[in-house]
Amino acid sequence: MAKKTVIPFGPQHPVLPEPIHLDLVLEDEVVLEAIPSIGFIHRGLENLCKKKDFNEMVYVSERICGICSFMHGMGYCNAVEKIMDVEVPDRARYLRTIWSEMSRIHSHLLWLGLLADAFGFESLFMQSWRIREKILDMFEISTGGRVIFSVNKIGGVLKDMPDDMIKSFVDILVGMKKELREATRIFLDDYTVKTRLVGVGVLTKEDALKLGAVGPMLRASGVERDIRETGYAAYNEVGFDVITSDDCDSYARCKVRIEEIFESIEIIQRAAAMMPSGDIAVPVKGNPEGEYFMRVEQPRGEAFYYIKGNGTKFLDRMRVRTPTFANIPPMVATLKGSKLADVPLLILTIDPCISCTER
Amino acid sequence: MFDFMIFTRTMLKNLFSKPATTTYPFEPREYPERSRGHIEIDMDKCIFCGMCMRSCPPGAIKVDRKEQTWQIERFDCIQCGYCTEKCPKNCLFIVPGYPEPEPEKTVDLFEKPAAEPENKGEESNA
Amino acid sequence: MDEYGRDYTIEPIELDELLQKTAERSMTGWRLAQICATYMAEARQYELSYSFENVYELLTYRIIIGEEERVPSITQIYDCAFTYENEMKELFGVKITYMENDYDNRMYRIDEVTPFKDKAKEE
Repeated sequence: MAKKTVIPFGPQHPVLPEPIHLDLVLEDEVVLEAIPSIGFIHRGLENLCKKKDFNEMVYVSERICGICSFMHGMGYCNAVEKIMDVEVPDRARYLRTIWSEMSRIHSHLLWLGLLADAFGFESLFMQSWRIREKILDMFEISTGGRVIFSVNKIGGVLKDMPDDMIKSFVDILVGMKKELREATRIFLDDYTVKTRLVGVGVLTKEDALKLGAVGPMLRASGVERDIRETGYAAYNEVGFDVITSDDCDSYARCKVRIEEIFESIEIIQRAAAMMPSGDIAVPVKGNPEGEYFMRVEQPRGEAFYYIKGNGTKFLDRMRVRTPTFANIPPMVATLKGSKLADVPLLILTIDPCISCTER
Repeated sequence: MFDFMIFTRTMLKNLFSKPATTTYPFEPREYPERSRGHIEIDMDKCIFCGMCMRSCPPGAIKVDRKEQTWQIERFDCIQCGYCTEKCPKNCLFIVPGYPEPEPEKTVDLFEKPAAEPENKGEESNA
Repeated sequence: MDEYGRDYTIEPIELDELLQKTAERSMTGWRLAQICATYMAEARQYELSYSFENVYELLTYRIIIGEEERVPSITQIYDCAFTYENEMKELFGVKITYMENDYDNRMYRIDEVTPFKDKAKEE
């Protein structure tokens, strides 16, 4: 008779970028059930909106997470701008689009490196991060920081990118495509990588829709949904393709993210060609009063912002629902029936950003 | 079976080219000009209005109008640059160069330089 | 979809209509987007928002309840709601009953009891 054992996984584990705890109920190397438990990085950032005024909260919302930091600031600023009926100038919208897509490229490259590390291929991890360094250098030249940019403000952006800077960035990105193709070919074609990824962690289309999956996790199960189609920033004018795959396993999620990197480089090229000239910010007076729901497509999925203002300079409520929070039930569903050695890999396929989840 | 050992080509290329890392700290790092490292103040233009103190998110700046001093706690500053936008006289700048590691927290105190004899301003020992 | 217009709707409902409306959403193919709670200190009430999405439309049900009222859980209809309801229970002190996967106030493992509920007004 097989015996059931309970093994604790995390919060300290070499493969996890951030601490999360799972209790795995095992029977002979097959996982029967997984019970997630979070709460190691809870900082209570949402409550700070009562003590810091709404302009300073831009800087707090950027520091919720290090990898998706620009999009948190952009989502917060967009929500407050809609409450106060402020119209952002065109050039600021295009600049925000370019910085968002560069954030997406750097986040997916970071994830590819962590995935390679999860199944033991450390040299490939170093190669992916070597390509990512070029993007971080571009961020430092244009905004001043490698990870936290501090370039969003209510009413526009703070720093401008002159035209020759944009042109040099586009040249670097187009030149990077050759190295990217070489590195990503290993993820998609190598025999050992494929045996670890194909057929592992299957999430069917009905389950993905029922359990509330978002982002590449949902798109890899064949559902075509991308919040950039609602047209915030300059996405309506620039246009893009939604990338999906029908295989529903970890290999499909890897493929979707790799193709999103190439798609982002195309979006940046188009936005740089169409960039209008003009102001980068408008002055804003008064305090926000009212509420707004804003949705933004972060690299990991759909992030949801709810801001409620009451006419004073302190907000009533700021609520951020991040994509990893919504992807925890699908993760628990894919863990059922998998082997113990695949558990770190499956946790990484949802691209966990636990500091976003717990704020 | 061409899918085996695709990585060999990259591995051989890496073996015979120079490393991707630099030998920091022996080779100093050059920061781009917009890099946000630390705050500097031009004390001649400061009027001690206190706007920077009210707008600092972590509360690292303290301004004393009576004593005519401006101080910043270097290890509380998050290098966001909000004080540089709020200053009405544009006397704050954010420049490259991160704070050095130190064994205890430092506070940098700046005083108004000595005024000329015609001015009725407060004279401090600069 | 107009970028500068309100492209979502907020519908205020009563507490007893919650389960029925949620079942209607589930049967017509809508997904749960998020559940949010706000504490209004002067009126001593909670304002709950249950948001549902269908492709790119967003519909929110708004319920206003007192501090001691018990809210039924929607985990029987939407499995994935347990994370949101546990968070509301632990941080705000909303009384939710019949929840599947109830962590019993130990999801975030914090020492302070219901930190997001302003306690200054009770003194």
